[in-house]
Amino acid sequence: MTTATPAAARVPFDRTLLLVMPAAAFMLLLFIYPFIYGLLLSFNPKSGGALANYTHFFTTDNLWPTIWTTLKLALPATLINVGFALPIAYKMRNKSRYQRWVTTILVVPITLGTVLIAEGMLIYFGPKGWLSQFLQLIHLYTGPIRLTHNFWGVLISLVISGFPFAFLLILSYITGIDPVLARAASTLGADPKAQFRHIYLPLLAPGLAMCFCLAFVQAYSVFPSAVLLGSPAGPTRVISIAAYEAAFEQYDYSLASAIAMIMGFVQLIIVAAVLGLRNLWYRGPVSGGKG
Amino acid sequence: MGATAKPMNSTGSWFDRLWRVLLLGTMTLFVLNIGLIIAAVATSSFARRWLGTWLPDGWTTTWYTEAWREFQLGDILWVTVEVVFAVVLLALLIGVPAAYTLARRDFPGKRLLMLLFLLPLMVPPITYGIPMATVLYKLHLAGTIYGVILANLVPAAPFVILVMTPFIEQIDPNLESAARVFGASTARMFWHVLVPLLAPGILAASLLVLVRTIALFELTFLTAGSDSQTLVVALYYAVFAAGVRAPQSVDAMAMVYMSVTLILLLIALRFVNPTQLVSRVKEHPQPAT
Repeated sequence: MTTATPAAARVPFDRTLLLVMPAAAFMLLLFIYPFIYGLLLSFNPKSGGALANYTHFFTTDNLWPTIWTTLKLALPATLINVGFALPIAYKMRNKSRYQRWVTTILVVPITLGTVLIAEGMLIYFGPKGWLSQFLQLIHLYTGPIRLTHNFWGVLISLVISGFPFAFLLILSYITGIDPVLARAASTLGADPKAQFRHIYLPLLAPGLAMCFCLAFVQAYSVFPSAVLLGSPAGPTRVISIAAYEAAFEQYDYSLASAIAMIMGFVQLIIVAAVLGLRNLWYRGPVSGGKG
Repeated sequence: MGATAKPMNSTGSWFDRLWRVLLLGTMTLFVLNIGLIIAAVATSSFARRWLGTWLPDGWTTTWYTEAWREFQLGDILWVTVEVVFAVVLLALLIGVPAAYTLARRDFPGKRLLMLLFLLPLMVPPITYGIPMATVLYKLHLAGTIYGVILANLVPAAPFVILVMTPFIEQIDPNLESAARVFGASTARMFWHVLVPLLAPGILAASLLVLVRTIALFELTFLTAGSDSQTLVVALYYAVFAAGVRAPQSVDAMAMVYMSVTLILLLIALRFVNPTQLVSRVKEHPQPAT
């Protein structure tokens, strides 16, 4: 610690701080260093000037639209996941016999894995699957169901795998809010809707923003299900497919790093926008835990 | 109380009832369809021949033995076990001490350090996976089991830190002071006071890292060679090369995968209430007080 200030120098060095060093060193070595390496590599293309990869990305027809393709999938998926998780978690906020059961049931999809969801959807939504047989049985709809190998297949699989995660996260935030606050509001005549709007929502804002970001990361980096359930050449050619192809099919690591950096940058914009939006509701650090 | 309030919010209660029915309906539909999706895979994995009928003609377990033989499922499971346990062990080894420091001490640069540990969870795995795979290939580590372990450790170690920090904060620092008064060294205090108290937290964190690592596709996919594939990646290749393999044996493999993760997750949920997992994340984005 060569940068220690004179005041700190008098205090004997706290050796507990050494405990954090292995983890910090590891992250620097395997996360920060590769990131910087990739960033530099992206400005060092196979041919052309420093920005050749980036101009190539934004002028090639099967590369730059992947940003919109990805956002068109990831944003609705995240909105659906968080939008449904919020009211259901709100209903579950009080400890009850059901809470544990419902939580366990809703957590199960986490264990499925993308491949099982993909396989299951291909069978279940398939032309001879249970869904189409059932719909024909009750004469509701007899045409072919087109829910796989397109946009909807990927969206559904993103909801199945993303919803439990969003639900768990929001539930943990809601249960962290002291119910005494809502009870106090109700003695002053606030109905449940007002309680939600004026007590829970402002306190939840940071958690919701965080949950939105984490759920968005999950949906945004969709790769296996976009290949297995979508049409990876057309409407679900997401940006991670483009990055993967550049790296492992064309072996152009420089271009692949550039695409990865663009991907990270777009992600960063969304996260920054969400965290900025959070401040609309969030009015200050209310330590709602201990009331 | 209900009687006096009735005339005022009769429209409200009607709306509430509709809302409740809508929520319950959506949730039931969601759970039902997921159940049927799982059941479809399960049925297919046990089906002798299943073409366009409600249930297959006959039942068999040959797909499981075939998957075992054809995919070298034994080898893949062994690699998965090796990778996952190495990742859990190493993540605990570097994560728990770091979480301890973050929970107990304030020091300049702490917030920066927290950001460093939060970033791998906020950046899409493909974004840092591709540069990381490039570096690992340069070091001739990618394609080997060590590369896979290192790659998976990048999100696993911060996850342990994130889960363990609130656990450690709950423990009374006086216990440590008492151990100090009786002359325990840091290492002794760690093993004889902290570790026993932290056991449930460590167990929960390791099980969750276990489940996450088994499920983490992208990083393993980018760094694995043909003999260092874990179960998810092998499954992906099996489906991707559809037509080469019988779909039923892929289904059988998927069922094996699901049962392994499900059992581990259910064990994890016995030790940790999922609603208390992320309390640290909640506090993090708030300004320092």
